Amino acid sequence: MNVDSRAVRKVPTGPARKGPTGIEPARITAGQPGAERGHVRRMGHKSIIDCARIYYKTLNQQIREEIERGANEIVLEGVRGQRYIGTGLAYPDVTVVVNGVPGNDLAAFMDGPTLIVNDGAQDGVANTMNSGLVVVHGHAGDVLGYGMRGGAVYVQGDVGYRVGIHMKAFGDSVPLIVIGGRARDFLGEYMAGGEILLLGLHDLRKPAVGSYLGTGMHGGVMYVRSPINRHQLGKEVQIEELASSDYERIRTIANDYCRYMEINPDDIVSLPFLKIRPHTFRPYGRMYAY
Amino acid sequence: MATRTLIPPEFRVLIDENACLQCRRCVGQCGWGVYSWDTTRNRPSPDHSKCGACHRCVTFCPGQAITITRNKLAFKANDNWAEQVMKAIWKQAETGGVLLTGMGNDKPYLRIFDHLLLDACQVTNPSIDPLREPMELRTYLGRKPDSVEVVAGSFESGGPFRLATELDTQLRLETPIMFAGMSYGSVSLNAHKALAMAAQELGTFMNTGEGGLHSDLEPYKDHIIVQCASGRFGVDASYLQSGAAVEIKIGQGAKPGIGGHLPGEKIDQQVSLTRMIPQGTDALSPAPHHDIYSIEDLRQLIYAIKEATGYKPVSVKIACVHNVAAIASGVVRAGADIIYLDGFRGGTGASPVIIRDHVGIPIEIAVAVVDQRLRDEGIRNRVSLIAAGGIRSAADVIKAIALGADACAIGTAALVALGCHVCQRCHTGSCSWGICTQRPDLTRRLDPEWGASQLTNLVKAWTHEMAEVLGALGVNAIESLRGNRERLRGLDLDENLLGILGVKPAGVA
Repeated sequence: MNVDSRAVRKVPTGPARKGPTGIEPARITAGQPGAERGHVRRMGHKSIIDCARIYYKTLNQQIREEIERGANEIVLEGVRGQRYIGTGLAYPDVTVVVNGVPGNDLAAFMDGPTLIVNDGAQDGVANTMNSGLVVVHGHAGDVLGYGMRGGAVYVQGDVGYRVGIHMKAFGDSVPLIVIGGRARDFLGEYMAGGEILLLGLHDLRKPAVGSYLGTGMHGGVMYVRSPINRHQLGKEVQIEELASSDYERIRTIANDYCRYMEINPDDIVSLPFLKIRPHTFRPYGRMYAY
Repeated sequence: MATRTLIPPEFRVLIDENACLQCRRCVGQCGWGVYSWDTTRNRPSPDHSKCGACHRCVTFCPGQAITITRNKLAFKANDNWAEQVMKAIWKQAETGGVLLTGMGNDKPYLRIFDHLLLDACQVTNPSIDPLREPMELRTYLGRKPDSVEVVAGSFESGGPFRLATELDTQLRLETPIMFAGMSYGSVSLNAHKALAMAAQELGTFMNTGEGGLHSDLEPYKDHIIVQCASGRFGVDASYLQSGAAVEIKIGQGAKPGIGGHLPGEKIDQQVSLTRMIPQGTDALSPAPHHDIYSIEDLRQLIYAIKEATGYKPVSVKIACVHNVAAIASGVVRAGADIIYLDGFRGGTGASPVIIRDHVGIPIEIAVAVVDQRLRDEGIRNRVSLIAAGGIRSAADVIKAIALGADACAIGTAALVALGCHVCQRCHTGSCSWGICTQRPDLTRRLDPEWGASQLTNLVKAWTHEMAEVLGALGVNAIESLRGNRERLRGLDLDENLLGILGVKPAGVA
């Protein structure tokens, strides 16, 4: 092992000096943020953690501890913007229920668990997520599903900018994002694989997407239930007719989405969708002189 | 005229027919298809226009019959409209494309390393003989505390004193030289294996670049830094946890500010598996990380990675640009444990010529200004600096350390040790040396064991040279030279530049 956590001899030991505006690393010592642990109630395989005043690092440590103890359902009460909930969690049979608004990078690098948010979520949900399910019963922020390569994110409300950017599929891993409401600009930017379903459920008269839809897209597919003006499309994508297999796929996705949302799947499949696909899998193949 | 190119061949392939053994080895060795076999004459017939002077055929011709010369076509003398300028125009006129190239900046900008001279001891203070006295080159990379608390301990606990401060995890390097990030995909798996094996043997680190970690490299993971770049290729929780540290690549010296396009031709089945993308599609890395638009966002990703890895060291790689000192200060405050500074001479598998040759600043200047800025702000201890981008020798390493680096990373120099002749055609995927290609007939030429021994020899030799220099300087630890610009003098550098480097001119005591 080449990692030495007790590099005693080589540590410069000059006079202690504090930086003028230095930020301390997240480290937990008595009397500092993070020292306080959340109160836990345990009922069989269910653990309820009171998170109201708990530092994110401690909270995430406690979540891992509860799972290690055998819990398969963790309920987080009073979440107030703690970051990285579910980040790097790699337990397939665990469900985490978030009551309150979680902070950025919810479920980043997550691999397996189910995460139910009974409120809105912030930026960076499912950043580079590998597998699992995130359900948001509210709105979600920017760059949701950045570099996501598997699993699903179901959002009940609207999402921000650059959602689904650079999602990619490989083998059996096909990431899926379903957005109940509207999405802002750059939906599916640089998208290399996977599926985005945009439902625009709340107001069908206005476009549910912003501009630069699918800019740089070179793989995957988007199904959009919204009028789209020509100028909103990225130059690398085109609108295609849906085949019957597309409608079957939308029906399958809608059925699963509606298991978590109080919507009838028939209401989702009743209106026509637009299918957005890239012109080419190699948009920049002819840009260079060799 | 329509099928004819205006571009004359750059080289001429000369074959001594008396020495030629007619063995056809040149035909097989050339990955670029220079040679065909002339059946009527029973001789190799070269297409000069395809030659890039990589010398694979020269090295392997058993009769030593091949010579590559420059195609000495006379052009009307014109300093402004030089041959290379016209060739670039012809190429673009014929293709309409962005000029692409490989390796680092080849323009004759000032090489500051060659204008810095080291000190030595004479008479009044003794030099040290490193052959007989211990010379400490071991280097720890990572965040150091602002202060340490030492308490008296019991005999059982190992001694009278004990460090009470909990230290952040450090990377231990037996020599302050590591291998630069080069992705599997741009270089071959055998090149990656050679680097990993050498890193383990040397007690240092190799860096995956943005291409994931092939399963064959698992045994070396304690000596591997895994990279997370904007394309997030091959990045998942287990990948992040595999490495000894994680590097967030913001920029690269050869192409600051732009992303990467690995062409579909290089995405074969194994690369596809490692990058986790379908075979044959282009691997497009966006120019920015789209979750990082500010220092606060960078902090968010750094700590997301720390959360996902149990708080391993996180390195942030940035290209050296005009405002590098302020950027580095922000990166420290974002929580990075290591900053990897990549100068404008850094290599690449593919970069637009205009970016490679005209964007960024030299590593010598960047290291000096970043080190000074962090010292001025009292935060230098919170981060380790890696200098890279044009490190060619042990002399460059030791000068970079004297300017303020903690360690150096070598990319091009490592590839040269593997046989690379810097022919600058990495982007074509036809590397005859089997380094920068995925063609199975070419990659199998590079034996990882041989490659590892070449790399190990090189770094060991450099390490010995550095020990010699330290001895001459009269110090017995690299730590004593780190950021010690008093032991450097500048020759032929103007006053402004000397001021920026914090180095006195030669002749001033």
